[in-house]
Amino acid sequence: MTQPIITLRNVTKRYGTHTILKNINLTLESGKFYTLLGPSGCGKTTILRAIAGFMTISEGDVLFAGKRINEVPANKRNVNTVFQDYALFPHMTVAENVAFGLTLKKVAKDEIAQRVAKALQLVQLADYGDRAISALSGGQQQRIAIARAIVMEPKVLLLDEPLSALDAKLRRQMQYELRDLQQRLGITFLFVTHDQEEALAMSDEIFVMNQGEVLQSGSPVDIYDEPINHFVADFIGESNILPAKMIADFQVAFGGHQFECADAGIPDNEPVEVVIRPEDLTLTTRDQAKLTVTIDTQLFRGDYYEIAATDNLGNAWLIHSVNPAEDGETIGITFRPQDLHVMRFGEKEAEFDARLETYEELEGDNVDET
Amino acid sequence: MTKRRTWTYFLPYGLWLALFVIAPVALIIYQSFFDLGHHFTLSNYSTYFQSATYLKMTANSVWYAFLITLFTGLISYPTAYFIHQLKHRQFWLLLVILPTWINILLKAYAFIGIFSQAGLANQFLTFIGIGPQQILFTNASFIFVATYIQIPFMILPIYNALDDLNPAFINASRDLGASNWQTFRHVIFPLTLPGVKAGIQAVFIPSLSLFMLTRLIGGNKVITLGTAIEEHFLTTMNWGMGSTIGVILIVAMIVVMLLTGDQKREGGTPR
Repeated sequence: MTQPIITLRNVTKRYGTHTILKNINLTLESGKFYTLLGPSGCGKTTILRAIAGFMTISEGDVLFAGKRINEVPANKRNVNTVFQDYALFPHMTVAENVAFGLTLKKVAKDEIAQRVAKALQLVQLADYGDRAISALSGGQQQRIAIARAIVMEPKVLLLDEPLSALDAKLRRQMQYELRDLQQRLGITFLFVTHDQEEALAMSDEIFVMNQGEVLQSGSPVDIYDEPINHFVADFIGESNILPAKMIADFQVAFGGHQFECADAGIPDNEPVEVVIRPEDLTLTTRDQAKLTVTIDTQLFRGDYYEIAATDNLGNAWLIHSVNPAEDGETIGITFRPQDLHVMRFGEKEAEFDARLETYEELEGDNVDET
Repeated sequence: MTKRRTWTYFLPYGLWLALFVIAPVALIIYQSFFDLGHHFTLSNYSTYFQSATYLKMTANSVWYAFLITLFTGLISYPTAYFIHQLKHRQFWLLLVILPTWINILLKAYAFIGIFSQAGLANQFLTFIGIGPQQILFTNASFIFVATYIQIPFMILPIYNALDDLNPAFINASRDLGASNWQTFRHVIFPLTLPGVKAGIQAVFIPSLSLFMLTRLIGGNKVITLGTAIEEHFLTTMNWGMGSTIGVILIVAMIVVMLLTGDQKREGGTPR
């Protein structure tokens, strides 16, 4: 494990009686792409501001490469920010904007020119140096904002919803470019977004936040496949979440039936919730079905059909299927045990991880048997 | 139909504009070409440009207006900046605006009381042992009172410019390593410059033609263009000459407007 570049230790932020951040602990390693993901108002931008130094935290410590930087002002921190609305200085040209930080540092003129040119080249706007900011499109302003930050060669780049103002196509393109840029520069990116698709596509590690707390952290695949609770499952991707009851280890009951699953370490008969992703559900004949549902509506999404259906207990189901179904048809659905994910109510991330460890070996054996 | 209605809305202000702005300006220009005997002439202008007194008076007016604007600006920018940081800004702003609701003549008389031989200012000077001084009817007291009167008109546009400034610019500047002072110099001040220019327009131009204060506070030692116009219209009855100076004043206003107007910044032209 490399030395952590940024550590937040028990960070709390209060405004009056209102708590914005509740005891945040997180560690960022050098050279990775991190994402803070959560709905608006969950505190993700506040974390960014705490790291950048735009506000003081109420409790806890912010560490940079092991050193406490709580009292270090923003202009002395070796991190740079790409702002949500770009905050490019309108009274300066593109080149002046990018050169701003270097000029203040009294870097030699020809070195500034060279570094600015390189930064502009990196964001593919090499010829735009003497343009006015107002003459740039949103996407170009976005790139200049990135150039202005990376020209400072920060250890950590903070990005505050930088793609939210762009149209869908440009946003997708910028996702690739940002990821590519991060890997080429080899610096740490901390990216804030409320767009789960963006987070899944770009990140090495995601922190899912809600109401001032980090609910779950992990790789995109971990978070997608094993969400810790209803909120995370619902927020990341589309999902079917059903009330269920744990019968025994690897046995869970919902929708009037008992199914084999991949989860254990939960007391028998505990009420739980089960998540099944729409793409893990397969349409099948009724005699091969684990459950039968009636098709309500379906939408053609290009590469798949999005099918809304209801089972005989009234639970709504969302199914992604390559083949279409017929409206009103009663059809069978099936899934594999590992497609079920069981979530306990109120389980914290640490408890979840600990529980996972207790049966991971067991689970391996179990899978062998089936 | 809709076009005609729009015109109807404009009518009251249009009439006002025609009767009290366009007509007087036209009249002033017209009058400036007539001498005392009502003959068409250019002599008023030649008199103006050949007379050392008039030219000196103009220079004087510009100089004093400049000083008043300068002092007003030096006081107003920090004040506006400070008020903008405060919690109850609207309240403090109200305190700034409040004096403008009081008639300028009343304020001038109040200062006569304060600055007079036995006034508050001299009582204080006596108290600290300096002894009474001649304060009233000096150039300094004229600039002081004029500055006092103009301050609100400078604070307001600067305050508005500061209020319009996106705080993200300040954060961005700090983020890129600028100290507080560098942020102010390179980001805050240039971006609030339009407010300063609006303030200069609101202060410099009226200061050119101040005449009440020059008499009441300045003791007629400072003769500004405003004083000259008043003298020509009310005392010497030389309306032609008064109008000529009026035209000079209007030209000066236009020059100031052009100098402080929004210039298109160079460099940033798209290719």
